[in-house]
Amino acid sequence: MSTNKTNPGNRLHDSPLTRRLQDSPLTRRWQDSPLTRRWHDMGGDPAGPVPKDQHDFAIWEKRVDALMIIGAAKGYFTVDGLRRVLEDMGEEAFETMAYYERWVASISQNLIEGGAYTTAELAEKMAEVANRGDTYGDAAKGPA
Amino acid sequence: MPHDHHDHHDHDHLSPSGHPYRADNDTALSYWQTMEIAIRELLIEKGITTASEVAAQIDTMDARTPANGARVVARAWSDPAFHTRLMADAGDAAREMGFDIGPLELIAVENTEDVHNMIVCTLCSCYPRNLLGLPPDWYKSRAYRSRTVREPRSVLAEFGVTLPDTMTVRVHDSTADMRYIVIPKRPEGTDSLSQSELEQLVTRDSMIGTGIARSAP
Amino acid sequence: MMQKVRVKPLMPPGHVRTPAYLRGKTGVIERSLGAFPNPEDLAYGVAATAKPLHRVRFTMAEIWGADAETPDDTLDAEIYEHWLEPVHAP
Repeated sequence: MSTNKTNPGNRLHDSPLTRRLQDSPLTRRWQDSPLTRRWHDMGGDPAGPVPKDQHDFAIWEKRVDALMIIGAAKGYFTVDGLRRVLEDMGEEAFETMAYYERWVASISQNLIEGGAYTTAELAEKMAEVANRGDTYGDAAKGPA
Repeated sequence: MPHDHHDHHDHDHLSPSGHPYRADNDTALSYWQTMEIAIRELLIEKGITTASEVAAQIDTMDARTPANGARVVARAWSDPAFHTRLMADAGDAAREMGFDIGPLELIAVENTEDVHNMIVCTLCSCYPRNLLGLPPDWYKSRAYRSRTVREPRSVLAEFGVTLPDTMTVRVHDSTADMRYIVIPKRPEGTDSLSQSELEQLVTRDSMIGTGIARSAP
Repeated sequence: MMQKVRVKPLMPPGHVRTPAYLRGKTGVIERSLGAFPNPEDLAYGVAATAKPLHRVRFTMAEIWGADAETPDDTLDAEIYEHWLEPVHAP
């Protein structure tokens, strides 16, 4: 079996899904590609115990959630567009970024795609915000 | 419960709800927090939203908690005609009770002597948030999303639920527009309880399917 | 009598809502849910066609075979009609 850098664990080759699909002429040639089984499509994968720890939602996370609802309600994007960007971020983002970090990234990309603001405007605004101080509290106070 | 972090003075290792405190105001500003502030201010500057609209949306979401679902379940247990309406169209039944669930397409699936239902979203983390509020962290975890569709009873065991072999587990993967609420089995010995007493027996996990209702006191 | 259907064993890239673990599997339509704008379109901001959506029930044995924890337990998922092909009784 071949190895490839994007699938070092040979997950596709080991999965029951791949063994079934080996009989399908449509998919046989693609079974080495990471696109045939995307990382987020994880139903049936082996995994450890379900982690039970629960965090309290911080105000910035609640604001991310609110921006998601408002952006969709105003027609700038759909939840499907949010999911698509999250999926395209890849597995490493899922493993290393917190839930609301990934969501704010997806919301922002969707807002840009929807024409709410431009990358340049976001860049300038983020620099302005970051200059206000070192903590969320200081930065969220708004313009001086 | 809503957090307003303008007051840092009561900083503790545990937040008021007893969960680990997720410090935000006091820790170093992160790239992603910077982005959130920037997005929000840009949208306000451009007249796409307002500060009060954002605050109102947070309040609306804060008001959505499992207690809402518990009221729906308790009424379904007590009121056979409502139960029938709930099973036919759970969204309309919830709206009938006054819950502002928006366009939520809700399906109620009920536990019986023979069937135990479990809800999962393997592809992301779809959840009936407009009724029950935000999902627990475990619901969004890789382990729950991966294993529930393949070994639901092993996952249930981790939640302290063991079912007899005579029962069937029915797992629902929320892949599209429907959202699901599990109607847990009404516990034995609760015939004399009022609807609000019944509500106290309905846990969040019992409405997801990783738990069962509490026993009668 | 519930209609028997098989999930097409297709493997497109991009945003689809048919889980990989169900592709090629056979189940029955538990209920039809009406038509909804295709998420595969919505995800890319293109005009979305309404597509019929069905809730399909599979046995765990069908999905996982000999590996199944409890073969008669079931799995319901909402699958768009363009991902399904009818299975006719022999």
